[in-house]
Amino acid sequence: ERQAVEGRGFINDPDFQHEDLNFLSRSQRYEQAIRKSALMVMKLREHGIADPDEIYWFKRTCLGNFPEPFGLHFSMFQKTLEIQTTDAQKEKWLPLTRGVKIIGTYVQTEMGHGTHLRGLETTATYDPATQEFILNSPTVTSIKWWPGGLGKTSNHAIVLAQLYTQGQCKGLHAFIVPIRQLGTHEPLPGITVGDIGPKFGYDEMDNGYLKMDNFRIPRENMLMKYAQVEPDGTYVKPLSDKLTYGTMVFIRSLIVGDSARSLSRACTIAIRYSAVRHQSELKPGEPEPQILDYQTQQYKLFPLLATAYAFHFVGAYIKNTYHRISGDINEGDLSELPELHALTAGLKAFTSWTANAGIEECRMACGGHGYSRCSGIPDIYVTFTPSCTYEGENTVMMLQTARFLVKSYTQVSSGQQVTGMVSYLNDLSRQRIQPQHVAARAVTVRLNDPISLVEAYKARAARLVEAAAKNLQAELNHRKSKEDAWNRTSVDLVRASEAHCHYVVVKLFTAKLSEISNAAVRAVLTELCLLYALYGISKNTGDFLQAGILTDAQIIQVNQHVKELLATIRPNAVALVDSFDFHDVHLGSVLGRYDGNVYENMFEWAKKSPLNKTEVHESFHKHLKPMQAKL
Amino acid sequence: MALLEPSKYSQGSVLGSVNPDLASERQTASFSVEELTVWLDGSEEHTQKRRAVVEAIESDPVFSRENQYFQSQNERYEAAVRKAVHLQKKMHEMGWTESGPEFKYIYRAVSGDIAFLLHRVFIRSISVLGSDKQIAKWIPLATQHKLIGSYAQTELGHGTYLQGLETTAVFDITTQEFILNTPKISAMKWWPGDMGRSATHTVVFAQLYINGKCYGVHPFIVQIRSLRDHSLCPGITAGDIGPKMNFENVDNGYLMLQNVRIPRENMLNKFCEVQPDGTYVRQGSQKINYFTMTTVRISLISDEVIIPLMKACTIAIRYSVVRRQSKLKPGEQEAKILDYQTQQEKLLPQLAAAYAFHFINDYLQELFNRGYSEIQKKNFNTLPELHAFSSGFKAMVTQYSTSAVQICLQACGGHGYSSLSGLPSLYTRIIASCIYEGENTILLLQTARFLIKCFRAASAGQPVPPSVTYLAAVKPGKCPAKNKLEFLSPDIYTEAYQHMAARLVRSTAAKLQDLIQSGVKKHDAWNQCTVQLAQAAKAHCHYITVKNFAETVEKLKTEAGIQKIMKHLCDLFALHGIFSNAGVFLHDGYVSGAQMDMITASYLDLLAVIRKDAVPLVDAFDFTDKSLNSALGSYDGQVYQRLYEWAQKSPTNKQISPAYERYLKPLLHNTQSKL
Repeated sequence: ERQAVEGRGFINDPDFQHEDLNFLSRSQRYEQAIRKSALMVMKLREHGIADPDEIYWFKRTCLGNFPEPFGLHFSMFQKTLEIQTTDAQKEKWLPLTRGVKIIGTYVQTEMGHGTHLRGLETTATYDPATQEFILNSPTVTSIKWWPGGLGKTSNHAIVLAQLYTQGQCKGLHAFIVPIRQLGTHEPLPGITVGDIGPKFGYDEMDNGYLKMDNFRIPRENMLMKYAQVEPDGTYVKPLSDKLTYGTMVFIRSLIVGDSARSLSRACTIAIRYSAVRHQSELKPGEPEPQILDYQTQQYKLFPLLATAYAFHFVGAYIKNTYHRISGDINEGDLSELPELHALTAGLKAFTSWTANAGIEECRMACGGHGYSRCSGIPDIYVTFTPSCTYEGENTVMMLQTARFLVKSYTQVSSGQQVTGMVSYLNDLSRQRIQPQHVAARAVTVRLNDPISLVEAYKARAARLVEAAAKNLQAELNHRKSKEDAWNRTSVDLVRASEAHCHYVVVKLFTAKLSEISNAAVRAVLTELCLLYALYGISKNTGDFLQAGILTDAQIIQVNQHVKELLATIRPNAVALVDSFDFHDVHLGSVLGRYDGNVYENMFEWAKKSPLNKTEVHESFHKHLKPMQAKL
Repeated sequence: MALLEPSKYSQGSVLGSVNPDLASERQTASFSVEELTVWLDGSEEHTQKRRAVVEAIESDPVFSRENQYFQSQNERYEAAVRKAVHLQKKMHEMGWTESGPEFKYIYRAVSGDIAFLLHRVFIRSISVLGSDKQIAKWIPLATQHKLIGSYAQTELGHGTYLQGLETTAVFDITTQEFILNTPKISAMKWWPGDMGRSATHTVVFAQLYINGKCYGVHPFIVQIRSLRDHSLCPGITAGDIGPKMNFENVDNGYLMLQNVRIPRENMLNKFCEVQPDGTYVRQGSQKINYFTMTTVRISLISDEVIIPLMKACTIAIRYSVVRRQSKLKPGEQEAKILDYQTQQEKLLPQLAAAYAFHFINDYLQELFNRGYSEIQKKNFNTLPELHAFSSGFKAMVTQYSTSAVQICLQACGGHGYSSLSGLPSLYTRIIASCIYEGENTILLLQTARFLIKCFRAASAGQPVPPSVTYLAAVKPGKCPAKNKLEFLSPDIYTEAYQHMAARLVRSTAAKLQDLIQSGVKKHDAWNQCTVQLAQAAKAHCHYITVKNFAETVEKLKTEAGIQKIMKHLCDLFALHGIFSNAGVFLHDGYVSGAQMDMITASYLDLLAVIRKDAVPLVDAFDFTDKSLNSALGSYDGQVYQRLYEWAQKSPTNKQISPAYERYLKPLLHNTQSKL
């Protein structure tokens, strides 16, 4: 689909060209983004593009990688309407939404509450007399804060609020709320809405605030596929609350894919630039070498390159698994959902944390020029970094995975078998791990065999899950409350989840190798897979040593292997990033250009800086001249 | 609902009264915050002086940073120039001088948001590298701001490796001038601050050629803009290098030179001179050049790294007692997020690091002062140690603090990403410190070179500086601690660090030796060991930081409460380092697996202890609200009101965006009437 879209020439469509965004103010960047989003919608209409995958590539092509104020309209607003509405509601709202006759967003987070949904304070009180809900923001902390597209763009919102009917609170429910007057775009009476101000990146996005004062909406505006409020105010309960897992799994799987993509972009820039930049002497008397020939530079970049590939496979795996079991979900079979939900929560955190740090590593590997906005990496970073927080704060995500791991461990302890990615816990009951005396196991690890390394990661995960579960039990034995015990073990629990996710990534990468038919491609990806696994060990030697999985001597070999792999991968490094196939327009980087003509183009770029608009800057006349005159 | 009356917001009725969640934290402090502040400043007199400077600056509206987050690059630059000019006036009014005791507080008071930072480097380089005659000519012009200077060393294609610079200065005997040229695009000067728009003069580093022979890189004073109308001088192309991640107050610039002629006297010639007949004369020691770099690296640690780290800790910790999330106990109110172990584990080690680095900075200053007095006596023996220490600590402290600030930002949930939290700008500014004044990896390798040399010398029985004698003295052994409490003994953990650092240096030296003996060329062997070398250098700096922290606590003569909490912070800093680098301590069995579990237990226990004093510990840094410039970190903890009021001042809410009329309306058109 991607080539089809690019092939139609949209990538060069003059309508989608623009001045370098780095030189624009926030308001200007917002305006450009709106212009392109609106244009894109019209082109979608014009070309009759409706297939979701095709729309995805079309958006990537037209808008590049920048956030767009319409983003939540297509994803959350439309998606929620599709899933949570009755047939009558679908009939009314879906045509308006799909045709972008209204623009909507999804409004959940409040100033005082994020990840802990039950704490949200916005209220929707049912008034049977008028058959309306009355929406209110009762405190400062209850003001809706952060939703994208809310500040200036949207005229409708799906608002999450605590439902009150017949004097009782029935928990969180979703409501369709019109917020701006159609035609004039002015906020409706009772609605206070605006932009939350500048952020770390996302300049083009109007993240907004929303305050509601006795704002009334008809009863039919509550999304009623599952829970319902009848005209007299009677509340009808939904059947299952697991269904909401589905959407979360979907969104989090997108973040895993985004981790892979963002890290790939940063690697492409840093590795290409490192082949262009020359510095110092490696051998006396010879010309300055490419900085990519320095071991320290390879050590910074190649493990990240391997990580980008690893995450790519993980993202594809989750997406496929989700699609496979979503059929089951529609038929009411929810048995696989809890594990997938637990796994994606952890992997979302694991991959986004790693990619976040990796992008910064890439930037710093570009020396001073990485700090210039022309490198493109600052933009990749600020656009990506919030994913450590949104759609579930990472530490909270890790603890959700841990809850599942502890539950599985408890099942195994009580003699039950567990299945899926946690099935390694079954082995614990058979061979109790004795942290200090497992030397016999150590020699069985073969350091140049990915399959054997998967076993090492498995043993580490098992050991850390067991340690966390035992520490939790010990805390409970001290007669602490359950919540206290959990809190006092949470650092251990996060470590266990990380080890579990790390194992899953190594396992999926290794499994992928056997699917590659081209021998040369398989060879180079095997090297990357080995590098990923061995580098991970070298960065966490404590876990492997303490559990007796590896010996001191093996750790020295691991470090040696890592360095040998760096030299092996070096000749293929540029080819490996070229394979990501990012178009220069999408990379948005002077340092990462495909043609490598870095310095000339940096100069051309700088000349366009706003400070260079006039030969003598106005501040000379305003401040410098008077100062010199006075002295 | 009354709380939400708009009129109340605009009057700011809630602001000013301290949020009870923050107030309660201050009532339980185990020590006197004021005494800790005084101790951090050095004396009561210092504290008073600092507060007076901060008060004078902050009460002057010209120095306000309230709108900083809303400003464009152009506006930031103009404001910085205005402030720099105004500061001259202010200093005159207040009777502050550059050599006075107030001076060092000014930069902190303006939060570095000011222009002409490189002007000072220009002055310093002339003072150090210029002859008496040159100093007499240029320094008065510069200090009176009759000219504005910059310092042009880095080129588009060359940074840390100075010998690779490509700009040329060819001596022309007939006219007694140097002819300066930028022979190709990668030779263009790139990055120097103040050079893009402000500077009239700059010190240019160029390869000196006399009669076709190259004599290496030398400094030259070059005028680049007219003193009359600020237009560019003939042969000069200069401008701003465009937007960066931060430092929008600084006009980092580019400079291209085409046959620019300057008189022979413009080469800074304290150490090297070209005589009228073209004879090249070298005088004095070139080693002194190291000393300038050493000075800059040490001075940036405090201003550009430790202070921002302290600010980030203040913001994140105050916010973490105001923010409530989920319930720790059923039926209770939602808990302060600082009560979660995971949140403590994110923030408290960073707080401990801020204190550790404050003390290591004192240590470095002392080392520097001692070295400086030796150098004035023409004794250059301490230079290699000073150079190695300033390089290594610059690298370690900047790298550690950069990730610490990032942790603080991400620990504030979504609101951390709002510019109004103050954290994004702290982060994007501090990260530059990992690159400027020497890229960190290269600096660590310089320290490693020194360590390897000292290790070899010490092993051969030759004398080495006292700070590195341990390298050859440490023998293999086992950590003697028997239970988790014994790991709270500074002797136990300091020795573990010492053992680990010595082992890493020793094993890398052995590896180098092996490679060379097996026939690998010296430079190849070095490159093959660089990953380990950098690790060893970092380990050495980490060890010295722990040791210095422990010694500082040991010597501490102040109230018992402060002594106690400082000891806890020292323990936390040390154990956190072992916990997060477990492998290098476990490796060779110095620390056993069972001991590692004890360390982890002790470490986690400490979090709960320090938690109680977390807010008083950041209050002691004594930052004003204006200096924090953060909606999340203000002293009164009125986070949400501040965020709401401040956001409404955003230009996006005040200016009318044409986006709706121009783009949204046509899109929605024709359909609205039907709804």
